[in-house]
Amino acid sequence: MSDTKPALRLENIVKAFPGVRALDGVSFEVIPGEVHALMGENGAGKSTLMKVLGGIYQPNEGTIYIEEQETVMHSPLQAKGKGVVFIHQELSLADELSVAENIFLGELPRKSFGRVDWDALYKETDAILGKLNVGFNAKTRVGDLSIANQQMVEIARALTVDAKAVIFDEPTASLTDAEKVVLFDVIEDLQKQGVGIIYISHRMEEIFKISDRISVLRDGQYRGTLLTKDTNEDEVTKLMIGRSLDLTRNVEAPELGEVALEVRGLTCGNLYKDVSFKVHRGEVVGFYGLVGAGRTEIAETIFGLRDADAGSIFLEGQEVKINSPVEAIRHGISLVPEDRKGQGLVLGMNCRDNMTLLQVDDLTAGPFVSDGAEIAIYDQYRDRLDIRSPSWRQTVGNLSGGNQQKIVIGKWLSMKPNVLIVDEPTRGIDVGSKSEIHNLIRELAKQGYAVIVISSEMPEVLHVSDRIVAMYHGQVMREFTAEEVTEDSLVQAISGIVSDKVA
Amino acid sequence: MAELTKKSIGGLLARQGILVAFVLFMIGFAIANERFLAVDNVFGVIRSSAILGVMALGVTFVVIGGNLDLSVGSMMSFSTIVVLDLHDKIGPTMAIPAMFAMTLCLGAFIGFLVGYLKLNSLIVTLGMLSAIHGLTLTYSGGKNMDIADKEGTWFSVFGQGSVAGIPVPIVMFVVLAIILSIILTRTPFGRKVYAVGGNGTAATFSGIPRARVVFMTYMISAFCVATAGLIQASRSLGSQNTVGQGMELEVLAAVILGGASLLGGSGTVFKTVIGVLILGFIQNGLLLVGLEFYVQYVVTWVIIILAVWLDIAAKRGRLLSPIA
Repeated sequence: MSDTKPALRLENIVKAFPGVRALDGVSFEVIPGEVHALMGENGAGKSTLMKVLGGIYQPNEGTIYIEEQETVMHSPLQAKGKGVVFIHQELSLADELSVAENIFLGELPRKSFGRVDWDALYKETDAILGKLNVGFNAKTRVGDLSIANQQMVEIARALTVDAKAVIFDEPTASLTDAEKVVLFDVIEDLQKQGVGIIYISHRMEEIFKISDRISVLRDGQYRGTLLTKDTNEDEVTKLMIGRSLDLTRNVEAPELGEVALEVRGLTCGNLYKDVSFKVHRGEVVGFYGLVGAGRTEIAETIFGLRDADAGSIFLEGQEVKINSPVEAIRHGISLVPEDRKGQGLVLGMNCRDNMTLLQVDDLTAGPFVSDGAEIAIYDQYRDRLDIRSPSWRQTVGNLSGGNQQKIVIGKWLSMKPNVLIVDEPTRGIDVGSKSEIHNLIRELAKQGYAVIVISSEMPEVLHVSDRIVAMYHGQVMREFTAEEVTEDSLVQAISGIVSDKVA
Repeated sequence: MAELTKKSIGGLLARQGILVAFVLFMIGFAIANERFLAVDNVFGVIRSSAILGVMALGVTFVVIGGNLDLSVGSMMSFSTIVVLDLHDKIGPTMAIPAMFAMTLCLGAFIGFLVGYLKLNSLIVTLGMLSAIHGLTLTYSGGKNMDIADKEGTWFSVFGQGSVAGIPVPIVMFVVLAIILSIILTRTPFGRKVYAVGGNGTAATFSGIPRARVVFMTYMISAFCVATAGLIQASRSLGSQNTVGQGMELEVLAAVILGGASLLGGSGTVFKTVIGVLILGFIQNGLLLVGLEFYVQYVVTWVIIILAVWLDIAAKRGRLLSPIA
């Protein structure tokens, strides 16, 4: 393979912004027909590198070669013209137009007087779709397609040019397992046609399944390239973060305090039915289930965002009615929501103001907000959670995902809650921050907090929980203790296969 | 890290850009006409900008909270007409609080519709622009309003008086700007306005009563409008019932020129004051260099477009961009 000349080669790329070298001499290549995975934590420089490739940023130093021809690119369109095509995580399709129109958007075949040559358009489109082996045709409205099929349209769009290198950026983020299989087949086809594939993903499993080589970036620097068949997850992780991620099962015996939260027979339409559980002080209860199993909705009800039709909630033995987040907060309930950017943070605000938003009414001197009190709280949780930000004045939107998540957690932790609910605490953040947040959750339990962790990642649930509530279609299928749970029994429970309820 | 540095520099440019443009305009006009920077002219511009400025202060709160207020122009007409009418009926001492109360009722109504019923603020306030105009005409019977005894009333102090040589409208504008700036930057309420405008969902998740905050921004806007109406009425002691017509766009222009985002969550009182002054001085400068006043309407629009363009260009680091 190494005899072939690279489809795309980057040599010693440097991209500096005032005060930081986002890319510090990165070299990287992809050979026709290979899948070259690019890995690195958030902030390692992957997206900057992609922007350099797409012509959005110009490198300060270094050279880009396409088929060993030195190249300069000024825009994504130019990059595409030269055969470098991106398949983005977030799709950029026009829902109301047909598949064919989307694929040839901006370059529709024409007849005289500028009329669109529909026959040619549909014929060409169907030819491309044929290569991809998909179940829809040129005339289908894009809005009617599943996310996975929309992604196929993006890929088809890439195939309208003579693609030398196709870059996939987290392509499986919103795909089901079955859809992933189809995507991987398409990638394999592209490979056979001699296209070089750059595959960016956080998911080790996929990387090991489809890639030939893995290159790792850390802190803007190139850390090395490994042959996939000769390496393992541990080695890659170490290269990414300088150490490995601990996802062993939790074996600590919790020191249970009194019951902090109890839910009895909670029901809300079709979202969840007859849900009952208890959370003690000093334990972490993991809620595991498929997306749509009703876990987030239960959390929203406890937090006063969603009314239940029936059932009751008890806090420290007292029945409570919670009708709004304001009341929930007053009762000492904290919810770290699943959508960090949409629900957790005001991205345009600075770190400190986000952190203290919940209690700004109490941090006053006379009628005014006390700067000192706010900074004291920020500093305290910055140190405790190891938040890395140049200053409290930094706009939160500019921080990495991991640091943003820590701000959200700090914000809710600073309320010293009786019950802390964290929904998908590590979604979309880098490995290093992940493990810090796992440790924090365990530590909070030891300090006597009652913690609920909602997660879709089994290793995470097994790693942090003392007890696991398995949900399926809005119902609690089974509760496991950390000792008795096995991966098989958990998978069966959340798939609705097993119903030997221990109630 | 890369994004971070780039954006803060872009942000710096965006902040300074408006001031730089302001200074350049001033220099340009000063060269074109030496009267431009004369003390009496400068004071004249600030005084004539005071009414617009006071209204813009209130709209700044509404815009930071993520909404629009297009009703301020016709609401100002309403305040002016009401206070002039009541002046002769119940005397100025009672007329002023009565007018403030009535204007605040209008603000409360808008605040209720936008805050609690969550109706689109553009639709609500555009409709109120028309509805309040109708209300004013009904109230006045379609006639202009005049104070009977123009010489003998102390009511003229708000528009025509001066404190230590500084015209009262300027004093009121400056004092209100300082108070509102403190409210916006130093109080929990101000923080909540930014949070609600910046990300309403996150604000709700943080237990911030979004509806009440939005409601309050419209109350502040109405209070400012009432103040502007007071100055207007006091200055002329008589008024047409269309006196505020079209001002809603100038107000919005000043707020945008100051750099507040129409999406909410950003802007400051200080920036709005700068926006008001830019608008005032440019309009004055155009007159001084001998252009007809109606050229202002076109030039004002061009300036706003340039300001908005430079603002987003500074944020994305270049003038034209292939991506948004």
